[in-house]
Amino acid sequence: MDYFIELFFSGLTRGSIYALIALGYTMVYGIIGLINFAHGEIYMIGAFTALIVSTVLTIYGFPLLAVIVLTALAAVIWAASYGYTIERLAYRPLRSAPRLSPLISAIGMSIFLQNYVLLAQTSDFQPFPALIPEFDFMEPYAHIVGSSDLAILVVSAIVMILLTFMIKFTRTGKAMRATAQDRKMAMLVGINVDNVISITFITGSALAAIGGLLIASHIGQINFYIGFIAGIKAFTAAVLGGIGSIPGAVLGSFILGLTEAFATGYVSSDYEDVFAFSLLVLILIFKPAGLLGKATVEKV
Amino acid sequence: MLELRQIDTFYGNIQALHEIDLKIEEGEIISLIGANGAGKSTTLMSISGITPPRYGEVLFKGKPIHELSPDKIVTLGICQVPEGRHIFPELTVSENLDMGAFLRKDKKGIEDDREYLYDLFPILKQRRNQPGGNLSGGEQQMLAMSRALMAHPQLLLLDEPSMGLAPLIIKQIFEIIEKINKEQNTTIFLVEQNANLALKIADRGYVLENGKIIMHDQADKLLVNKDVQKAYLGI
Repeated sequence: MDYFIELFFSGLTRGSIYALIALGYTMVYGIIGLINFAHGEIYMIGAFTALIVSTVLTIYGFPLLAVIVLTALAAVIWAASYGYTIERLAYRPLRSAPRLSPLISAIGMSIFLQNYVLLAQTSDFQPFPALIPEFDFMEPYAHIVGSSDLAILVVSAIVMILLTFMIKFTRTGKAMRATAQDRKMAMLVGINVDNVISITFITGSALAAIGGLLIASHIGQINFYIGFIAGIKAFTAAVLGGIGSIPGAVLGSFILGLTEAFATGYVSSDYEDVFAFSLLVLILIFKPAGLLGKATVEKV
Repeated sequence: MLELRQIDTFYGNIQALHEIDLKIEEGEIISLIGANGAGKSTTLMSISGITPPRYGEVLFKGKPIHELSPDKIVTLGICQVPEGRHIFPELTVSENLDMGAFLRKDKKGIEDDREYLYDLFPILKQRRNQPGGNLSGGEQQMLAMSRALMAHPQLLLLDEPSMGLAPLIIKQIFEIIEKINKEQNTTIFLVEQNANLALKIADRGYVLENGKIIMHDQADKLLVNKDVQKAYLGI
């Protein structure tokens, strides 16, 4: 039973990280109908920013709490500015181009960012300091749930609640929903749609950076390629849940995370991807729009 | 109040409007009539900045606005109810009204206006917590107009408010249009295929054909004009 619970929590942890990344995919898709393939790279850049900042701060002898807070802030701000810049440089000029053009631009951006980090940081795995300490109160349960698992679950839950609140109740959130539902009408009620799109990229990137920071500290090493793998998985989760749907992205991520965790635990870690993608194929056969997605008709 | 001077609007390489000249004075109801594809909606979209004209100018209170972005044009007090209503389908009725007041900061005034509109259209009050997409066509038209009025426009652009609605609802909508014009002193630019209705409530009318203004006159004179009767009034 303990083993089952352990796997369950490990699945939830993975799911939370996927969700933090998948939200960025789904929000951007919801608003401009683009799969932002460079999104995984934002997550990777968030992790590298965290590595650099936390190392420097630790060398200067900052207390752990200060290191965590400043590192998180730096990663979020840096990644968000990347997200913003990518949209301005690679997607906005193509706003009225055929749909394939920004998609190719996104893939190009992804390759560019990977190689740019590869040049700067080499392809070796860099050790990442464990930012999250072992909590004393977790000791009796340490064989089931690690402290960093708990931290990941709690932080992601808080972030997702804040995001939900923002989208549901704030002026910006309403503008985002309105823009996603009817962009032309959003312009006609006086929403600056370009700003809304920028805010969407910034928010999505900030979430991915938090994910990057958490997982890097959990696993303890990063390299330039982590964004690609995590990005593909999170994208899968977003599609599974119904791309464009925010609750869908979270649901899809948890389903994917749990499937992988159980497949790894009961079968073999070699098969985790087989199970994950078989599940995707199965769900898409029966629900082509994803679990919570709406079947949309392409409008002319 | 609003003046279009020699505007040419294009979709890609296709020219939709040819040298449109048009003038709207404060407090007027102006109707623009014409057949399908004549360029009526394009005229409104050119004013709102969604498809800005390539040549010519749009002046609002004497100042050029044709290079401003759509949200800036709304800020100046020009609101549009586009063809097909464009209700935000997953926002509730009340949230749709909030979007209309997106640029306003006066909470008290927004609430007062919401109540005023709920009085004007009681059905919207009943349905205030339902998603806009669940409303019937007539209700959506009422919501679309209410949403535009939430912005306190000085100039209201209405694109085919009668489209797809039952005669009784159309009558109700047109009564409200006149009421808004009189009570709130909102200038109205009405685009309609239903020329008879549109000219009856208008002060002046313009006739658009193949992207060109071919006629303009007092509305009552257009109603008795032989050519207009033959082409647009089915008499």
